[in-house]
Amino acid sequence: MFRTTIIGVVLLSIAFAVDAKPTLDEMYELIQKQAAEIASLKDGLAENNAKTESTFTALEEITSSPTAKLAEWATKTTMGGYGELHYNNHNSDNSTASKDEFDLHRFVLFVGHEYSDTLRFFSEFEIEHALAGEGKGGEVEVEQAYVEWDYTEGHRAKAGVFLIPVGILNETHEPPTFYGVERNPVEKNILPATWWEGGVMFSGELTQGLSYDIGAHSGLYINGASSVKAEVGDAGDPVLGKASSGKYKIRDGRQKTSNAKGDDLAYTARIKYTGIPGLELAATYQHQEDVWQSETINGVEGVEADLIETHLAYKKGAFGLRALYAQWDLDDNIETVKAGADEQEGWYIEPSFQVTKKLGVFARFNEYDNTAGGSQNSEKEQIDVGFNYYIHPRVVLKADYFDQDNDSGTEYKGYNLGVGYDF
Amino acid sequence: MKRVTFVTFFFLFLCIFFVTSNKAHSTVYQTTPEFLSENFSVPPSKAKSLWLTPELKKLSTKILSRPVRGMRVRYYSENEKTAWILEEIGKERPITVGVVVNGNIEDFHIEHMKVLAFRESRGWEVRYSSFTNQYKNVKMTSNYELNQNIDGITGATLSVWALNKIARLALFYHQQVLALN
Repeated sequence: MFRTTIIGVVLLSIAFAVDAKPTLDEMYELIQKQAAEIASLKDGLAENNAKTESTFTALEEITSSPTAKLAEWATKTTMGGYGELHYNNHNSDNSTASKDEFDLHRFVLFVGHEYSDTLRFFSEFEIEHALAGEGKGGEVEVEQAYVEWDYTEGHRAKAGVFLIPVGILNETHEPPTFYGVERNPVEKNILPATWWEGGVMFSGELTQGLSYDIGAHSGLYINGASSVKAEVGDAGDPVLGKASSGKYKIRDGRQKTSNAKGDDLAYTARIKYTGIPGLELAATYQHQEDVWQSETINGVEGVEADLIETHLAYKKGAFGLRALYAQWDLDDNIETVKAGADEQEGWYIEPSFQVTKKLGVFARFNEYDNTAGGSQNSEKEQIDVGFNYYIHPRVVLKADYFDQDNDSGTEYKGYNLGVGYDF
Repeated sequence: MKRVTFVTFFFLFLCIFFVTSNKAHSTVYQTTPEFLSENFSVPPSKAKSLWLTPELKKLSTKILSRPVRGMRVRYYSENEKTAWILEEIGKERPITVGVVVNGNIEDFHIEHMKVLAFRESRGWEVRYSSFTNQYKNVKMTSNYELNQNIDGITGATLSVWALNKIARLALFYHQQVLALN
């Protein structure tokens, strides 16, 4: 009985199994369904292809659009700048030198553009003393505007308006890079920083750590015939405002490439060594063909001039040291305007110490003389002490005190506070 | 006399130009394969990836003082030695630097650092070996700073800062790779 039952179940299962095969109609229906699904997938694929195509089209439109071109231009164009606000409290026996004032001494914008890996443009646009114009104390200046070409590995040439390669501060003077609210009086009154001219300059590396600059450019024009007043912000000079019989100071000769006289050119050469980390040693020589620019003054003509400048900047760990010496040797004809002006020289030494990462202190002894060729004791000696406090590596608060012993025997001292930044 | 001076300078310029202009121009001083060959007995053929998790990005941003883009950083390794090719802008253009870091997670240091490409018009002194040798054996402090002072270069402050950041970042990434393995 049990065997019969088993056989029956097996036969029934086979019968059902045979019966489970799809019929032709069912097969046709299945194929129709699959065909519909394939068609649907094809439609989806076509839709996706269309979407992809429109995405690529959109990308192409974006990448070739004026906006994209603008973005490409923007990556090749750079902006930067720096600024410094000063508070000056200076006291002098000479009331014209005393001051108690706030001054946005400098606000500067840099704009550069790269035409290619080897050709670039750079400019520096500066507003001094916040307000410029008729009767205002400030100036709008274009201190740099040149095209620079790397014509071979390690060597480049530039043409346009550029900073003269001399001194420590003339080329690098963003406020966080130096001590003191005001720039030191030696580089200001003797070099004279900030100093720019128009012309051509070749620069490059001679060997590891040794570089050169050599160029020809517009010269100084010291108008010995004119009666002038000392310029605004000449904080280092207590005889501010006194009329002189004619210009004789080197600083008065800066033409700032504003319709600058080109009768007589100047030539500058610098050699610089930076092969040891923390050390910079440099020397500059400059020849001025005629700082009177071929004018006849007081019945004489021609004042050739030569500058020799050398400096050291060294930083090892927390200790820093800067020292600079500069000397001008002018033709004796300049003495028809001012006795002793045939030699103008100065030097300073500035030790510093970084107390913490944010706080650095310094002291500086300066001595300079714009009539060093005379027999009189006319040099000015100035001591500065102060500190820099870095809120950020590129934002600095500064304070300093100075005391000047000058030729006129007047007391001249005071303090300065400042905030400076670059970006 | 004045014209003589001018003519003398003019010819001096020409001499400088012709003497120096026969050298091929290049801002790339060493390629990545050359750098790897110099620093590995068998140069790794394939780069590995360190994925930048939100936490890694946050710390990298702190080190660079700017947001870090990308999802991963490529590196090369052999045992406990890793090599990183990193870029950072000095003043205007990226400086490409190769850094080799060696050591276990408890004690690791920079073994070699080299500027592979320098594209800025100033501050090129950072590529001198006299400068980059200062990074040899430098380690990272617990707050991701370098444990030794690096003497700077007057007038090249931004380039020096860029290399300091790259050194710190390579040490940090090395630490992260060891922590993940």
